[in-house]
Amino acid sequence: MAIPKVMGTEIEYGITVKGDPDFDPISSCVLLVNAYREDHAGEILWDYEQENPLADARGFQVDGEKYTPNQQENIARNKTLVNGARYYVDHAHPEYSSPEVTNVRDLVVHEKAGERVLEASRREANALLPRGTHMLLYKNNSDQKGNSYGSHENYLMDRRTSFKQIVEHLMPYFVTRQVYTGAGKVGSENRSHPCRYQISQRADFFETEVALDTMVKRPIINTRDEPHADREKYRRLHVIVGDANLSEYTIYLRNGAAAIVLSMIEDGAIDRNLALRDPVRNIREVSQDIECKRELQLESGKKLTAVQIQSEYLDMALRWASTRELDAVTLDVLSKWQDVMACLARDPMELDTRIDWVMKRALIEGFMERKTLDWDAPQVRMLDLQYHDLRPDKGLYYILERQGRAERIVTDEEIAAAIHQPPQDTRAYFRGECLRRYGSAVFGVNWDSISFGVEDEPIKRILMAEPLKGTKGHVDELLEDSPTAADLVRNLRA
Amino acid sequence: MRIEKTTSHRTENHPDTAFPIYGAAESGQKQEPRKGGGGDDSSGASDGSKKLAKKGEKLKEEMDALVDEIDEVLEENAEEFVKNYVQRGGE
Repeated sequence: MAIPKVMGTEIEYGITVKGDPDFDPISSCVLLVNAYREDHAGEILWDYEQENPLADARGFQVDGEKYTPNQQENIARNKTLVNGARYYVDHAHPEYSSPEVTNVRDLVVHEKAGERVLEASRREANALLPRGTHMLLYKNNSDQKGNSYGSHENYLMDRRTSFKQIVEHLMPYFVTRQVYTGAGKVGSENRSHPCRYQISQRADFFETEVALDTMVKRPIINTRDEPHADREKYRRLHVIVGDANLSEYTIYLRNGAAAIVLSMIEDGAIDRNLALRDPVRNIREVSQDIECKRELQLESGKKLTAVQIQSEYLDMALRWASTRELDAVTLDVLSKWQDVMACLARDPMELDTRIDWVMKRALIEGFMERKTLDWDAPQVRMLDLQYHDLRPDKGLYYILERQGRAERIVTDEEIAAAIHQPPQDTRAYFRGECLRRYGSAVFGVNWDSISFGVEDEPIKRILMAEPLKGTKGHVDELLEDSPTAADLVRNLRA
Repeated sequence: MRIEKTTSHRTENHPDTAFPIYGAAESGQKQEPRKGGGGDDSSGASDGSKKLAKKGEKLKEEMDALVDEIDEVLEENAEEFVKNYVQRGGE
């Protein structure tokens, strides 16, 4: 029986300072992240002690130096928020890692809250910049010049499911899911075939099937084996083959369908051989096929389009679903997945209020037609970039949303609340509440631990190896009985 | 638990107004009002085709309004702006 799909996303944003020819991305990121103020406002370390990004799921440890910043740098680059998220500087990008959630509805709420956290800090940071310069942020994945930054998904999986099984069943799924998860891009880069418009922001950057790397020679399936949880029981599937989406509907379906497919893999419910002959080539081909008609060569000799391959997965998912009790969100994902596949089979443009790449295409083509522009016009590339702009008054996605041209999944009220409140049903609740209640006594945080420095005693690290413990139900009484961090540590020891 | 493999929710989830607005223009098929009965006499057009024409008109207006709004906020000096947008690789 599949284990609950606890999940989260990590989004790196593009950053620039308009009007500053000497713009430095790293110092701009540090300014941005530190411009965000929360009430607890303690100096809290990110706890690197237990991190191991060089462990490979295929069973080996890769040589290399683990990054551990000094204390001052650590505090300057890392913020852990009362909603359980981590907001930090990753290389030359600001990154927002959502708290762990148990369902895709909450995932949409928290990923969207992340956009607002970045926008709020952008406004604060701008007040500190010289006149005439403006910091701008983009939720996208490429600068159109061959440089890509990621948006990653994480899913909790059962350690008993072999990594080989995961790779085999996921490869055709990941190559083809872009037909409903792509964020759309004008042109191509990184030595791909020239094109006017393609489905995915990221497809141009995948160069190998399976590997540990995320920055060079990117793999379709990433093997990082760092569960941030009890490694005897769990793995964390670290998915790097996705686009940064703005559409709530797209985010919902992106994570929702993936969570279903992963559960099916755990349940042994994938019984059709859809293996592709050349996945790395296919991922680019699918991305450039905006009519969604191109056939891909399967290992079996069959030829199927990306939409047909996704329909095979959907078909298996419906059969899997018919044999078990599923929660309302999962059922809703299945029904939306069905709707979307039906549209893709008829005419992908029917999805112009739901799926990012179609929304963006329709907007660009509508603009081009009225302004008599062609695909080479600089305004067309600007439209592409500005679709992802985080400013609510200038970002083109937000304009579509305001005009009722973007179908919603959650409400503005839910998103606003998630800026300050952690999910209640994962360990993120304990993390967030500890920061809110005992912020000044918190010494360091990681996904699976939180440590306190109280009353000259040695630092106490509390481990949270179970993502589904530390929930509101588990810890509210303990927290109520612990007015101070010292009380909490004492009560935990008792 | 039972899931029907139909698209029956579509209408309730996506009322007509939220449906492809600029899709038609995109595929090169301008939405022309269908001719009713025959001949060029427009008075012969059915109520349905008049409605369709009216709706097409409304969609066109909506698209014009959207393009106008975008035009107002779109970054000036697009060419230079896009050229200067350079990021370091990440992840």
